[in-house]
Amino acid sequence: MENTLYTITVFSENTVGLLNQITIIFTRRALNIETLSVSPSAIKGIHKFTITLYTTHDMVVKVVQQIDKRVDILKSYYNTDEGLVFQEIALYKVATDKLLGLGSIESLIRNHHIHILEMNENFVVFEKTGHYDETQQLFKELSDSVGVLQFIRSGRVAITKSKVERLSDMLESMRKFEKNE
Amino acid sequence: MHSIVNEGVDTIFGYPGGAIMPVFDALFDFDKQINHILTRHEQGATHAAQGYARVSGKVGVCLVTSGPAATNAITGIGDALMDSTPLVVITGQVGAALLGTDAFQEIDVVGITQPITKWAYQIRRAEDIAWAVARAFYIARSGRPGPVVLDFAKNAQLEEVEFEYKPCTYIRSYNPVPEVNPDQIALAAQLINQAKRPFALVGQGVILSNAEKELKAFLEKADIPAAWTLLGASAMPSDFRLNKGFLGMHGNVAPNMKTNECDVLIAIGMRFDDRVTGDLKTYAKQARIVHLDIDPSEIGKNIKPDAPVLGSAVETLPAITELLHKATHTEWIDSFKEYEKIEFEKVIQREVHPTTGEITMGEVIHKVSEATQNKAILVTDVGQNQMMAARYFKYSETRSMVTSGGLGTMGFGLPAAIGAKMGAPHRTVCTFCGDGGFQMTIQELGTIMQEQIGVKMIILNNHFLGMVRQWQEMFFEERYSFTEMQNPDFIAIAKAYRIDGSEVHTRQELDGAIADMLKDDKPYLLVVNVEKKGMVFPMIPSGTCVTNILLGD
Repeated sequence: MENTLYTITVFSENTVGLLNQITIIFTRRALNIETLSVSPSAIKGIHKFTITLYTTHDMVVKVVQQIDKRVDILKSYYNTDEGLVFQEIALYKVATDKLLGLGSIESLIRNHHIHILEMNENFVVFEKTGHYDETQQLFKELSDSVGVLQFIRSGRVAITKSKVERLSDMLESMRKFEKNE
Repeated sequence: MHSIVNEGVDTIFGYPGGAIMPVFDALFDFDKQINHILTRHEQGATHAAQGYARVSGKVGVCLVTSGPAATNAITGIGDALMDSTPLVVITGQVGAALLGTDAFQEIDVVGITQPITKWAYQIRRAEDIAWAVARAFYIARSGRPGPVVLDFAKNAQLEEVEFEYKPCTYIRSYNPVPEVNPDQIALAAQLINQAKRPFALVGQGVILSNAEKELKAFLEKADIPAAWTLLGASAMPSDFRLNKGFLGMHGNVAPNMKTNECDVLIAIGMRFDDRVTGDLKTYAKQARIVHLDIDPSEIGKNIKPDAPVLGSAVETLPAITELLHKATHTEWIDSFKEYEKIEFEKVIQREVHPTTGEITMGEVIHKVSEATQNKAILVTDVGQNQMMAARYFKYSETRSMVTSGGLGTMGFGLPAAIGAKMGAPHRTVCTFCGDGGFQMTIQELGTIMQEQIGVKMIILNNHFLGMVRQWQEMFFEERYSFTEMQNPDFIAIAKAYRIDGSEVHTRQELDGAIADMLKDDKPYLLVVNVEKKGMVFPMIPSGTCVTNILLGD
């Protein structure tokens, strides 16, 4: 079966050892995590994991069910790229003298919507946000022209296009439940 | 200790050591409320707690120290996860200040046990004890039960705090019992009502949710024949009209064949394990599938159901039953008989009722079961003894079968029987072990001696690791690589532990020895020398179609 890039979103309690609880589910099924990004969510005390991986639909369904099953996980679901607005950020460190050697860098900056974060006599740090292809394209251009001293790309962050806000709905029903208790 | 007493715990299986000494010291003052059983190995403590939990329906509790004690407990914890057994295992841990420093007997218990527990938590401060213990018991027993580990740092054991115990009844990130969905119920009922050849598969979920009565009503109303998985054994009495026997690799012929003949297959609290299904590509392809389970991650894991029904069987079964039409499927049910006849003639006759030759495993199990009027609790080890016992032991009550199904842990039988007897002290507990498995946890004879636990132990001694030998004979060209065993004098060992016993070599001695074993409620070891090259049939070779049944003829 054809592998597709899936994005799994996980909302969890903020407890020690949670990442391990999630990664063991991937380990057992010999799945490679492509990217991983973790941060506090909009709701206090709840953390959000965004994980991407190439796999089959059948497999991603099972993985999400098994993640959801863990006691400390609030909600887990998956999407394909069509269902998401997503972004990655990349940083590039290049040597200042080589960059100046290009003559003008205006078109480079404009074409790639580059932000310059730092510049000194030794190096310049560019920042670019975009999809993987876009940040990769800039990396290629810089490597071919001036060379890249250091390069780092973040994991994906994503927001769903769907009208249903699964976590908020779930928390809402929980609040009702708690009142009834 | 107060926290544990508050959870209604009256029995603990454990083994003391450095990092858990403060808790054991407190236990000393609770000897009126809590009966602590000192096992001879931490693995024994976990299996005993499993046996206790499985027959009583309560949470099994273990108390062990850090490091090697925790790693010794791993097998039982993993076993409990696979077989959905509620356990709370409390391990000692070095003081919080020493964590991560490779201190003496320190090991990352939470890290090791996260993959094999429902929840693993490290208690680092005394303030967290009441909260963590309450949560642990709630998680272990609710929903699909399972093991929980509490890793208890020594400093937290010693600190003193204001104690206030509140039982846990709700965790916002945890939904143990999915709400019953009327649409799912309606669809399931519709499929079953339309069925001409319905067939039900009964798993441990029925026992865990105490839905035995509801199951019976469900089956009787629509006249549905049913078979059981290894862990679903005893959910229906053996003599129940619609009970059509044991599923899977060494199960009965009829239910396996009928799996691929039915038009609606109703799986109740079972997980389509590979030992039940064989090759999934050829499994019940002709049937519409109804799958009742409490665990959403089981739905579609192995078999995609046409009608999934989430929830506890004790709620979902009666909801479906209400929508069922009364039906009779006499012809369909009678059609099982043809296969039953074949199996009896080709397998059961010679296994259970032999008149010549050496003693067979099947006849021993049959005789012991009959001698207890089919009222005893069966505990098994793993291997041929287990499959034979599952096939030929009979039940009249629920929660009468304790075995290591998912993990298949050799050495499970003896300690699990100790726990089973503690959990059901007024019932007869018979454990069947092979000569191999018995020696894996033979040290627990010490526990039986000290506590005088009236376990009836039967070793089916064939001087081989029989199941492996069977596979070697069938699939590895009779190359018996390291499966033959030179065994000790088991009776002499029992005698050293001051446990009565007898050894049987001939068929004539068997009935007398069984009667001697069952004459009182004291521990007893019966060693039966059975045929060396006995085989468990029928057999569906691993990974093949469920109807590819070898009868060994």
